[in-house]
Amino acid sequence: MNLMMAVLVAVLYTGGIYMILRRSMVKVILGLIFLGHAANLLIFTIGNLTKGKPAFVPEGMLSLDEPFADPLPQALILTAIVIGFGVQAFAIILFKRAYKTVGSDDIDQLNHTDELDR
Amino acid sequence: MKSLTNILLVAPILLPFLSAIIMLSAWKKIKFQRVMNLFASGVAVMASLAIMQKVRADGILVLHVGGWQAPFGISIVIDLLSAIMVVITAVIAFVTAIYSIHTIDPEREAFGFYPLLQFLLMGINGAFITGDLFNLYVWFEVMLISSFVLIALGGRKDQLEGAIKYVTLNLLASAIFLAAAGIIYGLAGTLNMADLARKLPLLNNDTMLNLVSVMFLISFGIKSALFPFFFWLPASYHTPPAAVSAIFAGLLTKVGVYALIRVFTLIFTHDVNFTHTVLLVLAGLTMLSGVLGAATQMDFRRILSFHIISQIGYMIMGLALNSPLALAGGIFYIMHHVIVKTNLFFVSGMVNKFEGSYRLKSLGGVFKASPVLSLLFFIPAMSLAGIPPLSGFWAKFTVAKAGFDLEQYFIVGVSLLVGALTLYSMTKIWNEVFWKDKPDSIQNNNTKESWSSVKLYLPLAILSLITIIIGFNAEPFLNLAINAAHQLLNPQEYIKIVLGS
Repeated sequence: MNLMMAVLVAVLYTGGIYMILRRSMVKVILGLIFLGHAANLLIFTIGNLTKGKPAFVPEGMLSLDEPFADPLPQALILTAIVIGFGVQAFAIILFKRAYKTVGSDDIDQLNHTDELDR
Repeated sequence: MKSLTNILLVAPILLPFLSAIIMLSAWKKIKFQRVMNLFASGVAVMASLAIMQKVRADGILVLHVGGWQAPFGISIVIDLLSAIMVVITAVIAFVTAIYSIHTIDPEREAFGFYPLLQFLLMGINGAFITGDLFNLYVWFEVMLISSFVLIALGGRKDQLEGAIKYVTLNLLASAIFLAAAGIIYGLAGTLNMADLARKLPLLNNDTMLNLVSVMFLISFGIKSALFPFFFWLPASYHTPPAAVSAIFAGLLTKVGVYALIRVFTLIFTHDVNFTHTVLLVLAGLTMLSGVLGAATQMDFRRILSFHIISQIGYMIMGLALNSPLALAGGIFYIMHHVIVKTNLFFVSGMVNKFEGSYRLKSLGGVFKASPVLSLLFFIPAMSLAGIPPLSGFWAKFTVAKAGFDLEQYFIVGVSLLVGALTLYSMTKIWNEVFWKDKPDSIQNNNTKESWSSVKLYLPLAILSLITIIIGFNAEPFLNLAINAAHQLLNPQEYIKIVLGS
């Protein structure tokens, strides 16, 4: 299971980096979303993937039995997902506005702010 | 009494938050929002000064939010560096509040400019006072989302272009930061910075720590515009209105610098030879590329934007040299730079307001039209270049002195060269905008009445006055920076106070 997750995270990272290097605005957004998901799954895997072992201390015991799934990374991901959702929604709207204003979804057309004033 | 102190500690977050909520509930009442913004910023200045007073008297202040003891809860930790940053933020927010009343157009005001400004301040202050790595990520996001809206607000073509570059690279930085925070949790099982500082040396896993430290370096490097990651800054900072770009230029990159200082003095001190050498090389390249980039520009705000980058290099050089005096120089540099750079962006906004352009080619004759504005440009510009006795001289002098003490002659040489080239850029602006005659082809559209309006000069005058005060009375500020540096380089006290054992 860990190996599968590792491969999935790697695929998401490579896919995300490939996509943000593309020229199309839509692909750049997809790339950003992939990278966000990759980071979330990475943290999820770090918290130990353990099936059917909730992080409750059994009665009469002082600590958890190994192995257990760490609940904290899951809380972190929950926060990160919510933040990511908001930010990505904003980015999609921003890119759409830029597409309408510039009239092209080619990132290479967005070079006016870098032009030198001769 | 205890609960009063606790409220004071969270005031830098709570004040902007409450005032933003109140302003949102009065969405249509623009005049009320202006007054509220000014009032909240004024109260924030007083609160931040009270915090500074308390930190200087009692040492590092800690608040365990919700009563959860560290490392289990989120701790608010204010040491001298945090206090300095909170005070500077409050001062800049206050002058920006005055400045924006007269310069922000009614459309932007109607679409929530003032509440957004307060949300931005909440994020910035939160990042400065948190003692938890994941919480730092959350505050970064609060700051980023407000700045995204502020930079795109208005929706002009160049603004949207700049915003896309700004948003994309900052989201990338956030994704890297998030992954790095996750990995460090996997290594140490904690995200409290003080607890991390205690537990990471016990791991004996320098390879992994170096890897994570580089991830932090990249993500904070993007946010603070370090050498290979700075391209978003000159592409976006000159597009929003002057009040927005002034507060961005003053504060946002400094949050990245603050995070770098915090992380590389408290958490990643396991392999100083590796991490701080990387930082030193990046600092040198950042200084050079920033100042050389500025030399080719012919737009008022783009020149200033490139100079932000080169100045970030000095601050990181202070961090990288890793001696008390060098770090103090870096902190002093932040204080000086925030004030001066915001002031210069204010001046560019004033010139644009009356002459209708930021392009050096189509400007001119401002000295004749307004000698006062010329003086108010001259002071921060000379301070930025490091001309004694203004604040920039002492900042550069401290960093260079620390470099000589450590026999790092090469980097000191680079920093002095960069200082000279800064003077070149400032002289270029002076010649083109203030000194030369106005080009004949450009219509003169300013009115006599507007130039002499005193209230417009007030924020610029306040900041220039602070620059002069720091310049002529540098010792208390320098002592403050030295004390802050000592606190940072001896993290045992920080760890002990946060963890309480």
